[in-house]
Amino acid sequence: MQRSFFKENPSVLWFLAALGLFTLGVTVLAEATGAGLISTSFVKTLGKVLCLCLVAIAMDVVWGYCGILSLGHFAFFGIGGYAVGMWLMYARTEEIVVDSLSGRVIPPTQTEISDAIATQIFGVVGSSEFPLIWAFSHSLVLQLLLVVLVPGLLALVFGWLAFRSRVTGVYLSILTQAMTLALSLYLFQNDSGLRGNNGLSGLQNIPGFEAIPQSMISIIFFWASAVALAAGYLLFTRILSGKMGSVIRAIRDDEARVRFLGYHVESYKLFIFTITAIVAGLAGALYYPQAGIINPAEVAPIASIYLAVWVAIGGRGRLYGAVIGTAFVSLLSSWFTGGSAPNVNLGFYTIQWTEWWLVLLGLSFVAVTLFFPGGIGMIFDKLARASK
Amino acid sequence: MLRILSLVLAVVLFPALSAAQDLQDILQEHQKVVAKPSRKTVGPVLNSLAASGLPEAPVFLQSWQDKEVYVRNDDGLFYYAEKSGSTYTIKDLSSGGIVAEGLDAKAIKQIKPNGGVRKEIAAALVQFQLSDPNIDRRTDALNAISRNMDPSQLVPLQASIANESDAGLKLRKEKLANYLTARFGETTDDRIAAITNMAGDLSVEGRAVLSQILTTEFLVSQEPLTDANIAQTLEIGEDFTQIQAYAALVENADFPAPLGEKDLRLALEEQVDGGKIGGFPVANLQSQSAREKAYDVLAAEGAVEKRVTAEDISSAVANWNFYNVFVEKDVAVTQAALKAQKAVTTKVNVNQFFDLSLDAISLASIYFLAAVGLAITFGVMGVINMAHGEFIMMGAYTGYVVQLYITNYTASLIVAIPLAFAVTFAAGVLMERLVIRWLYNRPLETLLATFGISIAFQQLAKNIFGTQARPLTSPGWLDGAWIINDVVQISYIRIAIFALALLFLGLLLFILKKTRLGLEVRAVTQNPRMAASMGINPDKIKMMTFGLGSGIAGIAGVAIGLFAKVTSEMGSDYIVQSFMTVVVGGVGNVWGTLAGAAMIGIFQKGVEWLNPSNTLAAQTYMILFIILFIQFRPKGIIALKGRAAGD
Repeated sequence: MQRSFFKENPSVLWFLAALGLFTLGVTVLAEATGAGLISTSFVKTLGKVLCLCLVAIAMDVVWGYCGILSLGHFAFFGIGGYAVGMWLMYARTEEIVVDSLSGRVIPPTQTEISDAIATQIFGVVGSSEFPLIWAFSHSLVLQLLLVVLVPGLLALVFGWLAFRSRVTGVYLSILTQAMTLALSLYLFQNDSGLRGNNGLSGLQNIPGFEAIPQSMISIIFFWASAVALAAGYLLFTRILSGKMGSVIRAIRDDEARVRFLGYHVESYKLFIFTITAIVAGLAGALYYPQAGIINPAEVAPIASIYLAVWVAIGGRGRLYGAVIGTAFVSLLSSWFTGGSAPNVNLGFYTIQWTEWWLVLLGLSFVAVTLFFPGGIGMIFDKLARASK
Repeated sequence: MLRILSLVLAVVLFPALSAAQDLQDILQEHQKVVAKPSRKTVGPVLNSLAASGLPEAPVFLQSWQDKEVYVRNDDGLFYYAEKSGSTYTIKDLSSGGIVAEGLDAKAIKQIKPNGGVRKEIAAALVQFQLSDPNIDRRTDALNAISRNMDPSQLVPLQASIANESDAGLKLRKEKLANYLTARFGETTDDRIAAITNMAGDLSVEGRAVLSQILTTEFLVSQEPLTDANIAQTLEIGEDFTQIQAYAALVENADFPAPLGEKDLRLALEEQVDGGKIGGFPVANLQSQSAREKAYDVLAAEGAVEKRVTAEDISSAVANWNFYNVFVEKDVAVTQAALKAQKAVTTKVNVNQFFDLSLDAISLASIYFLAAVGLAITFGVMGVINMAHGEFIMMGAYTGYVVQLYITNYTASLIVAIPLAFAVTFAAGVLMERLVIRWLYNRPLETLLATFGISIAFQQLAKNIFGTQARPLTSPGWLDGAWIINDVVQISYIRIAIFALALLFLGLLLFILKKTRLGLEVRAVTQNPRMAASMGINPDKIKMMTFGLGSGIAGIAGVAIGLFAKVTSEMGSDYIVQSFMTVVVGGVGNVWGTLAGAAMIGIFQKGVEWLNPSNTLAAQTYMILFIILFIQFRPKGIIALKGRAAGD
C-alpha cells in the first residue's frame, strides 16, 4: 500500500527530497546552527514563506482540484494567527506583570495579576477588562485547539450554508470575499476584543523560552514550518489520490454530472473546504510567531486574492505548482519591495521598483492568465513528460 | 418691573421729544445718583437715558456697567478715562475726543456701581439692543438671550415684540419670550400655558428649555421626603446597585468610604511586622479574603481603622431613601413640562425616522451609482470585472485633473462628467479588446485577470497622484443642506446624487429597452450565435456594452468623489459592496440592482440606528445579512426566469 502510494505519486518523493535538502541547506548556513551566512531575519522570511506555501497548497486543493475559488482562505490563516497570538501575548504579558509585581511586600492576588495583564493588553483600546473571547487565552493547549476549531467550524457553517443553496462559481467567490471583508471589518473595531487596528504584537517572544536567542528560535520555527509543509503535502496528496480524488476532480470539471451519478457533491465540497480551512489556520498559527505581529489588515480580502495569484502563477491543479508559485512570487515581492532591486533608468524616467513592482505583478498576472494558464508548474510537467 | 416697563414705554414712544438734550446734560440732572448709584435710586436715570434716544446712551451704559466711567472732582462732569502710566487721559462722553491729558489720580474718581445696579443697567441695555434700529444688533441680542437665559430678560423682550418691524425676527422674539415665560414666568398658569405651547416644538432650543425645567438633582434622605417635587424614587436592584447606592451615601451623607483592594493592600503593607501582618505570614496573603482577615485582626487590635464590610453597606443602604428631585418646586409646571416633553419626543422620533429614511435612500443611491456600471458588465454580460472599482477611481481622478485646469467648479463639473465617461469608456473598451474577450467562457479566470489589472491600476494611480487624498470640490450651489426642521435635513449633494441615480436608472432602461443598441445587447447576451446569424456583430456589441458599463462607472466616480475622498484605494472600498448589490438584487436586471441597493442601504442605516456609534459594525452585520440572504434567494431579489437564467 505504502509503496504503491509513492509509486502513483512520484512527485511526492521529489518534493520531500527537495524540501529536505532545502531545510538542510538553510540549517547549515544559518547563524544559530551553522556557518552564519543566512541572517536570522532571512531565516524568518524563509520560514514564513514555507507557511505561505502550506496555505497555498490548501488553496490549490480547494481551487485547483475542487474548483471552488475561495477568496477567504487567508482569513482562516489570519484566524489561526490570532488564536495562537492571543496565547503568546497573554503568557508573555503575564510574565512581565508577575515580574513587575514581585517587588511588592505582599504577594499579588490572582485578580490583581489578571487585572494588570488586561490593562497592559487592552489599555491601547481604552479598556481594562478581558473580553469573553480571551477566556481560554491562559492555556496554550486550548488556544491551539482553537487554531483548529475556529477556522474549521467557520468553514463548516459557511460552506454548509453556501453549498446547500448551490451557490457556485463566481458567486461563491464573491460570497467568500464578503465573508473575509466582514471578518476584517469586525477585527478593525476597537471593541472586537482583539485590539482593533493595533492587532496583536510582540509574538516573536515565546514565553518560557527567553533564554534561547532569536536566531535559534527562528531556525526551530523554520524546521517546524518545513515539517508542517511536508505533512500537509502528504495529507493532501493522500486525499487527492484514489477514488476520492477522482470524485473531487470530477466535481471541478462537471458538478452536475457527478451529482447525477449519485455522489453527494455537497459533502465532498464541504469536506475539502473545511479541511483546507483547518490547514490554513495551522499555517497561520506557525506564520505569525515568526512575523511577530498580526493586525486586521493581514486578513483583508486582498490577501486572499494574492493567495489565488500565487497559486495561479505557480500553476493550479498541481500541489508543487502552488509551492513554487508562492515561494517565487513572495520572495520576488520582498526583493522588489525591500528596495534591493536595482532601479531602471530609462533616461526620461527612472523606474523605482518599490513603486512599480505592483504594476508589474498585476500585469504579469494578466499575462499568466491569458497565455500560460498552467503557470510555472507547467514547465515541470513538460520536463516530466519529456523524460518518459 | 414697573420701572423697566416705563423705560420700555419711554424708548418706544418718546425718542424724539428729548433728542435735543446732550448725554452729559441728562447725567448732570442726576449727578449725585450717577456718581454714587444704588439699586433703588438708579431707575430715573435709566429712564431718562432711555427716553433720550441718544445713540451713545447704550455705549455709556455698557461703560458704566464695566466701571469705565469717571467723575472729575472739580466740575462734577463725567468722562471716560484711560490710565497711561500713573496719570489718566479723559475723554468726552459723546464725541470721544480727548478733554485733558496727564491728570493725576486724585483729580478724578472711578464710578463703581455695585452688583445690583449693574443688573439694572444690564436689563436696560438688553432693552436698548432689542429695539436697536440695526437689525443685526437686534439679532445679536436675541442670540445672546437664547444662549444665556435670565429672568430679567423676559419683560424687555416682551415689550419689544410689538414694535418689531421684521416679521422673521418678530416670530423669533415671540418664541424666545415663550421660552422665557416657560422657565421664569410670574404665575404658574403663565408658565403652564407657555409650556403647553411648546409641545409641538422640535427645535433644539425648545427641547433644551424643557429639559432645563425638568432638571433633577440627586438627594438622599433618611426620612421619606414629603414636601419635595419628586421625579423618581430610586430602588436598589432596579435603578442602581447597592455599591452605587453606598457610594452616593459616601458622597452625600458623610459615610466612610469602603476600602478598595489597592488601599487595603497599601494599609497592610504599612503594618508588616517581622514578615507577618496581624499574625498571618505575608506569603499567605495571596487572596483578597486572606487579606481582609488580616486587616480585621489589625482593626480589632486598633492598629487600623475598621473596614466597611458588606453587612455595613447593606444595613446603611437599607435605612436611607434615594431620590431624584426636580429643582423646580411647582408640581403643576413639571407635570406640564413632562407632558410637553413626551409629545416632543414622540414627534422627534417620527422625524428622526423620516430623517433616517432619507439617509437610507441617499446611501442606497450611492450604492446604486457605484453598482450600476456593474449591473451592465456583470449583470447583463456576466463579466466579473474586479477592476470596476478602479474605473470609479479613474473617473474621480479625471474630475480632479479637470479642476486643476478649470477653476470654476460648476464649469469643471460640466466638463468633467463627459470627460470621465470618455476616459473610462476608452479604458473599458481597451480592456475588453486586450483581455476580457479571450476569457468569455472562463469566468474565474476573468476574475483573476481583472484583479491583476485592478492592482496595476491602483499602483499606477499611486505613482501618478501620490498616496494622499486629493480634493474634488463641489460647486457652491451644492454646498449646504435642505433643512426641513431641526431634526430632518439633507445635504444638497445627496439630493444631487439621488437625482443622478434616478437619471442613470432611466437612461439605462431607455438604452436597454428602447434603442437599437439595447436590443442588440439583449440579443447577444441571450444567444450570441443566433444574434450573429441575424446580422449582429457580437464582438462589437460586447465591446460597446463593456465600454458603456465602464463609462457609467467613471461618471459615478465623479459623483462619489464630490463627497468622499479621492484616493487610489477608493475603488476597492466599493467593489465588494457593488458586487453584493448586483448579486442581492438579481443578475441581469437593472431593476434588481435598484432593489439590491435599496435593501442594502436601508439595512445598513437600520443597523446604524440601533448602534449609532459604530459604522464598521453596521457594515459587518450587513455583509453577514447578505450572506444569509443569498441562502434563501440564491438568484437575488428579482430573479430571471426561464432560459435566460442560465444554469
